[in-house]
Amino acid sequence: MYAIECREVRKEFRPEGESPWKRRGAKVRALDGISFTVQDGECFGILGPNGSGKSTLIRLISTLLVPDEGDVLVFGHDVRSAPMQVRRLIHRVSVEASFFKKLSAQENLDYASGLYGLERGEARARAREILMRLGLPKEKVGAPLEEMSRGQQQKVAIARALLTSPTLLLLDEPTTGLDPRSRRDVQEFIEEVRAVHSASIVLSTHDMQEAERLCDRVAIIRGGRFIALDTPANLAVRFGNGEGLEAAFLNLTGEEPNLDEEEIDG
Amino acid sequence: MISLRSERRAAGAVIARNFSLIRRYLGWELVFAFYNAVNALTIGLIGLAEPGPGQGLRVLYLSIGALLWNFLSVLFFEVSNSVMWERWEGTIEYSFMAPVRRVTYLFGVCAYAVVYGLARTIVVLVAIALFFRVPLAQADLPGALVVLAASSVPFIGLGLFGAIMPMLSAERGAQATQVIQGVILLVSGIYYPISVLPHWLQPVSWLSPATYTLSAVRGAVLQGQSVASLLPTALGLLAAGAVLVPAGLYAFAVAERYALRTGKLKRNG
Repeated sequence: MYAIECREVRKEFRPEGESPWKRRGAKVRALDGISFTVQDGECFGILGPNGSGKSTLIRLISTLLVPDEGDVLVFGHDVRSAPMQVRRLIHRVSVEASFFKKLSAQENLDYASGLYGLERGEARARAREILMRLGLPKEKVGAPLEEMSRGQQQKVAIARALLTSPTLLLLDEPTTGLDPRSRRDVQEFIEEVRAVHSASIVLSTHDMQEAERLCDRVAIIRGGRFIALDTPANLAVRFGNGEGLEAAFLNLTGEEPNLDEEEIDG
Repeated sequence: MISLRSERRAAGAVIARNFSLIRRYLGWELVFAFYNAVNALTIGLIGLAEPGPGQGLRVLYLSIGALLWNFLSVLFFEVSNSVMWERWEGTIEYSFMAPVRRVTYLFGVCAYAVVYGLARTIVVLVAIALFFRVPLAQADLPGALVVLAASSVPFIGLGLFGAIMPMLSAERGAQATQVIQGVILLVSGIYYPISVLPHWLQPVSWLSPATYTLSAVRGAVLQGQSVASLLPTALGLLAAGAVLVPAGLYAFAVAERYALRTGKLKRNG
């Protein structure tokens, strides 16, 4: 069984700020016929420029959006008809570490563990273990989130996700805006999670080195469509003239070269 | 069984989170409590403005209005603004992505609102008791408490309707819930009998559960009406709650489906 199976997924939105009673502009197509599968235990990368549909795709898999057309299955469960089953298997870390900022890391994690029905004592012990492993200073655990750096907040967000032992981890630009050291800590931890917990991972990122380092396969998305999908090494060879994933990405998403759609497989 | 335990933990987590937030915003809580108490006292003082017999009962009449409005408005505000709070913090996607039934989440919100509303009202009650010498010899306080407890249910239902709007729009939704609250304040006879309302507005007051709550609690405290005589009102309020709460939950579910279809859960998208 696939960890994720997306079939011809389409999603459109009304332009931002438009009232449902006064519709003026055309809908914006965020995803346009996306199809792919993720194997159990695979780390699947999604690379794309801003506004290309990465976060929309991850929200669809997270049950935070419903597709207009097509199917999204998580371990065989349809996000539309069986969202609760999907939610028991997943967790998502987004680019903005969303917390109750006045609450401490501990209080936020208590809330998260309670929502997932975990026993508080066990969850606290596990949270501390993860936070220590991620290098969060011990004295910071009781401090309000608003007093933490962006990197520290993101570490708490990752701890919150791992607390629930998700079978599928959805990481939406988890290292964007982090300093190099925090980024390295997070990347190492993602590798460890894969090795120890054998979780399947979907990782959207702007960081080519991160994608090369962590992902088994990478999809490049532009305008809501996957324009390439392969291993990082193969993408570099096929579209980057052997100069790495970044060259492939620039070639595929930039003005040139003009690639023939037939060259691209999904 | 495990699932039931999980749901209980989830509801408890929502309650505990809100009390943790109170601790972190303690300064504001003290300010709110002080303002509520002073506001109730100023309203009670209006009863003393006109000299002559019946001053005590007038103060009591107004104080009951202030106390009940304090409780019901806090209840409505906390339930209806639970979603708005999460939108402001940016946590709504996390709360709604958790494998917990929405009714459980909302139960946690409502349970917290009742406890918190009672605590805030007790502060006001203490201030009134210390400030005024109100005649309570004739009062049937158990009757008043029964009505108050029954009135929580329909107000939770109204709060659930109020919670829908911030889910669809963070800013405009908050404005809309304030309008609902304002209309209830106007038509429910909080500080005056509904007979003084313009005729065309009086039918609206019949739709507000607060109208019946106020009337019954005043009956208990000012005229000493017994629990037995107030039972029909209490049952009526429970019946209204039995309609409003499921209807509010249903409307919330419909609104959530709309939000998931249109991407409204995200603050800016």
